[in-house]
Amino acid sequence: MSLKAFHLVFVTLLTGLAFGSASWAFASGHPASGAASLIAGLGVVFYGVYFLKKLKKIRYL
Amino acid sequence: MEIPYTSKPRPDTGLYNAKLGIWLFLASEVMLFGGLFSAYVLLRVGAAPGEWPHGWLNVWLGTLNTVILALSAITTLLAWVACKVGNFRKFKFFHACTIALALTFLCVKMYEYHDKWIHYEIKMTDGRFADGHFESAVYVDQATHQEVEEHRYRGNAFSKVSEGVTHHYELESVTLEGRIVTDEKDLMDLRAQKHIEHGSVTVERAHIKSMENYGPWHNTFLAIYFTLTGLHALHILGGTLVIGYLWGPGRKMWATDPERFTNRIEISGLFWHFVDLVWIFLFPVLYLM
Repeated sequence: MSLKAFHLVFVTLLTGLAFGSASWAFASGHPASGAASLIAGLGVVFYGVYFLKKLKKIRYL
Repeated sequence: MEIPYTSKPRPDTGLYNAKLGIWLFLASEVMLFGGLFSAYVLLRVGAAPGEWPHGWLNVWLGTLNTVILALSAITTLLAWVACKVGNFRKFKFFHACTIALALTFLCVKMYEYHDKWIHYEIKMTDGRFADGHFESAVYVDQATHQEVEEHRYRGNAFSKVSEGVTHHYELESVTLEGRIVTDEKDLMDLRAQKHIEHGSVTVERAHIKSMENYGPWHNTFLAIYFTLTGLHALHILGGTLVIGYLWGPGRKMWATDPERFTNRIEISGLFWHFVDLVWIFLFPVLYLM
């Protein structure tokens, strides 16, 4: 697995963490933190898509 | 003699040797951290109801460190891509960013450790508990009965040599910035207590049954917290040293064998991503759950 593929794994887990933190914050009564985590999660998703487009030519292995 | 397969992949594995090596190493690291995570789960599940602390860690600082590590993962990737496209100046810039972010992470972690180090719980003789951050302690010179105020805890007694004379000091009282509770369980779940009133609390030595800071010896949660985060911080430090070497003296290889140098950057990046992944699991487990 190359750094490119591992970075994708990392971005996927980071997305999970951001959305997980958002649900934790909403459930704990911190709506502002929840909204911030939600926005961060969406930001990571957009970054992931951008990253995939940008590094099309680099191998996964 | 030239070392084979430092740049080109081996025909049988399809990988250059260092990449195979780092993945074998990372597999052993998964087992190391996996064992400690299992220990955490078993300790937590086995804790008596109401005896596992909640809200003891600063979620904002944990979030800050998560953002720092996420950014550093991006900069290590960009440094590798810069090498791939032959832009050495960009590589230097992104690698410097990674080092700066790693050092910032360690500084935040040290601040968190220090905060626990100066946080004390005093068991009082009347059964109550004083809890808070250490402010000062008053000691009395046993010969002259003169009082001195110390801003770090020096135990129940200490000696000091002044102008050739040894002075023995005994603890008189301790002042914490915190609160007094009647039940130790009130100190366990801080998330449930929205507004905790803090103030200056002075406890006379005669009323102190025992006094202990929030180090790894304090309870099971802090023991596993310091073990997991300490081991992780050591990995961050090790990775920073490697990245620092590749940014500094190790970069000479770029002039002689750029392909091999690029592979080295990829290897260090794989390690760095692994360390970041560990934090992605540590943060919710320790700070949120």
